[in-house]
Amino acid sequence: MVDLAAQYHTITALVEDKPGVLARVASMFSRRGFNISNLSVGHSETPGLSRMTFVVEGDEWVVEQVAKQLYKLIDVVRVSDISDDSIVIRELALIKVRSTPETRPEIMQIVDIFRANIVDVATDTLIVEVTGDEGKIDALLQLLKPFTVKEIMRTGRVAMTRGSAATGSRKTGADMTDHNAPDTEVVP
Amino acid sequence: MQLTGAQIVCECLLREGVQVMFGLPGGAIMPFYQTLPEYPDLKHILVRHEQNAGHAADGYARASGRVGVCVATSGPGATNLVTPLANAMMDSVPVIALTGQVPRAAIGRDAFQETDTTGITMPITKHNYLAMHAADLPRIFREAFHIASTGRPGPVLIDLPRDVLEETAEFEYPDQVSLRGYKPTLEGHNRSIKRAAKLIDDAQRPVILAGHGVLISGASAELRELAEKAQVPVITTLLGIGGFSGDHVLSMGMPGMHGQAHNNWAIDRADVVLGVGMRFDDRVTGKISAFAPEAKVIHIDIDPAEVGKNVRVSVPIVGDARRVLHALIKEVQTATHPDWLREIDELRERHPGMPTSSPDRLLPQQVVRDIHAATGGNAIVVTGVGQHQMWAAQGYSFTQPNTWITSGGLGTMGFEVPAAMGAAVARPDAVVWSIAGDGGFQMTMSELATIVEQRLPIKFAILNNNALGMVRQLQDLFLGGDNVATLYTGNPDFVKLAEAYGIWATRVSDPAQVQDAIRDAMAVDGPTLIDFDVARDENVYPHLPAGGTTSQMLEGPGLSGDQAGKDVPAWLT
Repeated sequence: MVDLAAQYHTITALVEDKPGVLARVASMFSRRGFNISNLSVGHSETPGLSRMTFVVEGDEWVVEQVAKQLYKLIDVVRVSDISDDSIVIRELALIKVRSTPETRPEIMQIVDIFRANIVDVATDTLIVEVTGDEGKIDALLQLLKPFTVKEIMRTGRVAMTRGSAATGSRKTGADMTDHNAPDTEVVP
Repeated sequence: MQLTGAQIVCECLLREGVQVMFGLPGGAIMPFYQTLPEYPDLKHILVRHEQNAGHAADGYARASGRVGVCVATSGPGATNLVTPLANAMMDSVPVIALTGQVPRAAIGRDAFQETDTTGITMPITKHNYLAMHAADLPRIFREAFHIASTGRPGPVLIDLPRDVLEETAEFEYPDQVSLRGYKPTLEGHNRSIKRAAKLIDDAQRPVILAGHGVLISGASAELRELAEKAQVPVITTLLGIGGFSGDHVLSMGMPGMHGQAHNNWAIDRADVVLGVGMRFDDRVTGKISAFAPEAKVIHIDIDPAEVGKNVRVSVPIVGDARRVLHALIKEVQTATHPDWLREIDELRERHPGMPTSSPDRLLPQQVVRDIHAATGGNAIVVTGVGQHQMWAAQGYSFTQPNTWITSGGLGTMGFEVPAAMGAAVARPDAVVWSIAGDGGFQMTMSELATIVEQRLPIKFAILNNNALGMVRQLQDLFLGGDNVATLYTGNPDFVKLAEAYGIWATRVSDPAQVQDAIRDAMAVDGPTLIDFDVARDENVYPHLPAGGTTSQMLEGPGLSGDQAGKDVPAWLT
């Protein structure tokens, strides 16, 4: 869960869609002691490339090192910090919540308010599907807690830059692979 | 052309210009070995332990500037390569490791001699591959050699399942490498170079810190031209030694924990520090917040992740050291810094090193000094890690690039034996001295057999203090002299040991006999070993405690720089 008081950065990386890439990335993070609060991976629009979204906890130095160390991996094609972009952030969650004939209408009302969906109904449980930013999902979870949440499955954050520019392109965000930007003072 | 995987591997090695490799066979890699007789141009040197194959490839690469190749089988063969791969990774050395692997169908089933080699070596290689089809081998080898030898060099491992080596595939070697995620930046940014030049022009007290990148990029001539044009003194890091001639008037020596004391004082005073192909390692900086407190830092490095990692950098320049220096030379003004150079001379006088000889004790420093004299400073010197390494780094003035071969970042004891073997194979024209510690020597001395087999005329000098001397020194200086697990009581007779291998050997205990023994060894046409029975309690000075500041540096027994002439601190007596 994202602690809003801490400093977080959303970093996206285009990576080769090859076996072991996730292991390389995870190994690098753990070896260098970086803290990722979530990570999601999926195919990108380019065949052979996947896109990873990371939420990284830490100050500017940490984020810069994360980006540079990521880019050092041969299978990582591009790294961008899109934290300062205008971005759409989404996460999907599946929530299995206990329900009885008495509580079911109340749960359905809450689900409606959150524009979430009920995707499975059993005699004593419901599965709720919700998308949104982390705050919205956390809020829904709070409201469902009294009914007893039996299982939670969250995908982690995916993010995309608004407008026509490609996410993490040179036009948007900080392209962390342009190492020779002049006039930058690098501070550890 | 249809070839077996093993034949394809050999074809690829030939196309990459490989002439020699160091290895030791086993079950999974056997199809490759059994194919070698078809390729007489690929010389294989059979070692006694895979770790030494890796270090030999490392020493070969450093001495020749080419890619070193080592071979091992699956399982224990591959795990024995872990130390040399980590060593090559830390010191940016281009090494290709070929490892056997169990047949594809057996992978993941805990088969005999199976280990997750690519998993284990992921953090200690620049990149690695598990080849799953013989048809992929040409592309993999083309990429592997490209990755290992370009940008910031490093080791690349290729894991070869036995049945991949046996299956046949069409062989065609690719002309080009296509790696979307790997495009090293070579040219520095123009504006950054101009800003750097301005800082250097405005500096009153500039210093250059030159590292391994100068040697890797072949930038010695450019470094010298820049230093002379702007009259900037040059300090070489442990791995940068040889990148700037030790007998040049602007040469300062080594910085940091065991560097010459005047360098640390000079860095404290500097107003501009130009780091070239180095990484501001903790052994160089000591306490980061107190490092070069008055200086603006210009940092040239080909690895962007090094820039800004450890110290605050005013002008970062990512690029190849030689190209960036070439551009920088044109931008900087001709200058002189007479006051600054005079101040440095004064620092040198105020902070002299320790005596290098004594009439009644055989000092290890004397051995280094006498080897230097006997070789005219022209030998390739290979060391392990510890006191002997620091005495060699301080005392042997190197004038040529790639003649000083040592384990820096990882600090691998035992490197001195196999790396000397690799250097001697790479440079049959050169005189190779392996200055060894008695501890490290015993870790890898099994290669004496290989050295004899290969008729490599390596001159071993064991600075034998019957101790793990550097750890013993730490115990004596900082931990109350409690010598836990550092003193050997049963070292072998190294002379008899060498003789068992058929190697000429002698022992020296008398300071007056050192030069004669060195001369005798050099007269022998073949490997030799001299066991120097050096003073056990001799310490390496200066000693700047880990994470310490210059003023905490011990410049001699009981003396820290700012305490010279004052009372010796109680904890040191």
